[in-house]
Amino acid sequence: MGNMEFVIEAEGLTKTFGSFVANDNLNFNVKKGEIFGFLGANGAGKTTAIRILCGLLLPTSGKISVAGFDVYTQTEAIKKHIGYMSQRFSLYEDLSIYENFRFYGGIYGMSRSKIKEKTSEMLGRLGIESLRNSIIASLPLGIRQKLAFSVAIMHSPQIVFLDEPTGGVDPITRRQFWEMIYEAAAQGITVFVTTHYMDEAEYCNRVSIMVDGRIEALDTPRNLKDKYQAKDMDGVFLKLARKAG
Amino acid sequence: MKQFVIKEFLHIFRDVRSMVILFGMPLVQVLLFGYAITNEVKDVRVSVIDQSYDYASQAVVNKLFASGYFLKGEHINSTREIEESFRKGKNKMVVVIEPGFAGKLETGQQPTIQLIADASDPNTANLLVSYASGIINAYSRELVPAGNIPVIVPESRMLYNPSLMSVYMFVPGIITILLMLVSAMMTSISIAREKELGTMEVLLVSPLKPFQIVAGKVMPYVLLSFINAGSILILSYYIFNVPINGSLLLLLGETILFILLALSLGIFISTISNNQQTAMMLSMFALMLPTILLSGFIFPIENMPAVLQWFSLIMPPRWFITIIKSIMLKGSGIEYFWKETLILAGMTLIFILASVKKFKIRLA
Repeated sequence: MGNMEFVIEAEGLTKTFGSFVANDNLNFNVKKGEIFGFLGANGAGKTTAIRILCGLLLPTSGKISVAGFDVYTQTEAIKKHIGYMSQRFSLYEDLSIYENFRFYGGIYGMSRSKIKEKTSEMLGRLGIESLRNSIIASLPLGIRQKLAFSVAIMHSPQIVFLDEPTGGVDPITRRQFWEMIYEAAAQGITVFVTTHYMDEAEYCNRVSIMVDGRIEALDTPRNLKDKYQAKDMDGVFLKLARKAG
Repeated sequence: MKQFVIKEFLHIFRDVRSMVILFGMPLVQVLLFGYAITNEVKDVRVSVIDQSYDYASQAVVNKLFASGYFLKGEHINSTREIEESFRKGKNKMVVVIEPGFAGKLETGQQPTIQLIADASDPNTANLLVSYASGIINAYSRELVPAGNIPVIVPESRMLYNPSLMSVYMFVPGIITILLMLVSAMMTSISIAREKELGTMEVLLVSPLKPFQIVAGKVMPYVLLSFINAGSILILSYYIFNVPINGSLLLLLGETILFILLALSLGIFISTISNNQQTAMMLSMFALMLPTILLSGFIFPIENMPAVLQWFSLIMPPRWFITIIKSIMLKGSGIEYFWKETLILAGMTLIFILASVKKFKIRLA
């Protein structure tokens, strides 16, 4: 540990529930500012791993640090330095855009003026300043999703965890969403993203592929395609899954 | 934390349903129970068979009809016609005065007045007889100077509720039901809602501690429940003249204790239900029905089968109703219900501990 270049370091991450092994000896590092894709079929153990990295779940064994803090003893500190967004968008539908920003900014201890500044900056970037006081429920899905991402990074976390952020969204919105992810990464925010859309895996700097609780492959998309002689990530995934089956 | 409470208030104020439950319910319930669902008798048809027809018997009859409770019903001439008139519903009670009423009074004998009531509606019959006896008693006391024991009519006294005002009995019950509803049901639903929408996950990932999340969710409801209880008391005090004979401070203190109990119950329910519907059903069946049926609010616990009586022992509202009735109607102090208070405090502790345990299991 102590290598400042890595914001997530996991060595032998293992989590068992009784006799069931959800995460079997995972080893990976995530670099600062990287877009790290965390792939796997449903039930492969992605969610368990994310929960451990976010400080919601204690690992059974392994040496893990997030943003330089230990997941066993420093979950409080970890929580202050990460952002989180799930498939379910996490915005309150009966509140306005600004009320959502104010609430999430408030729980991360941001000052009122800082929240105002961040809100107008982010709404400006999305070009929707005029919707500041609109109720979330009245907005289209695509805008809600971008707002959810904006909320997740408004306190400038070191790492943002995106758990299937594009589930149920149309392809055009997904592309726009990935542009936002690139912008965030360009600002130095590390992006840790799970997805089951294999075309999205191509957008990541590096991807890991989990099968049955183990990481079967970890490399850049290009190297993986070469190694498994597949023309796209879908092919890589299928070959790995077949090997495991 | 402050932002959390603001957000909770926004949720409540933006949701028409919650607003109706929070502020419409107390008003409607108090007025409904106060005016419509009443056990009082007023303008009930009563007939008199006066077999003496002298000055004394007429005075009694006048007193009865001057009371405002009774109206002159169908006239009947003999006791044989009584049943017929009951059956037709023309009369609810018949007063029979024996012959030679004034004469017996003067010579110091004890004349009797028979009160025959239609007991197919036992509650009303009971009330009618008590009212009439009360009026006759009062009259006999007027007639005979103090010291002498006059005409003997069975005396019935209604303790703590001299005029048998039903609203006196209902107000403690309504307060209990509403606190249960608002505190337990609304909190459990609002926590379950965060779980259902997935926002709970985000809150758990945030630097907020679980305790802060729960406290932030619960605080607005404490305040609103308290305002609710207060407004019911004010409403019943000014509209129905329900007295608060005991210490107001004590009453408010016990109310806060009960609110905390209801909230901890609500939190407990939300830890075992994953969506709003489950929380709603659990609150309905685990809280509302027992509160109404088993707390002694409507049906006397003493009349229940033994099994239900035991069951009512674990109903928090039962103890709270006992406490507020004692304070409001009897004016008693804490020394009379410290046991009940301890039971409520104990239950609160159990629910909080159970919720914390449940919460930890879910996270581990």
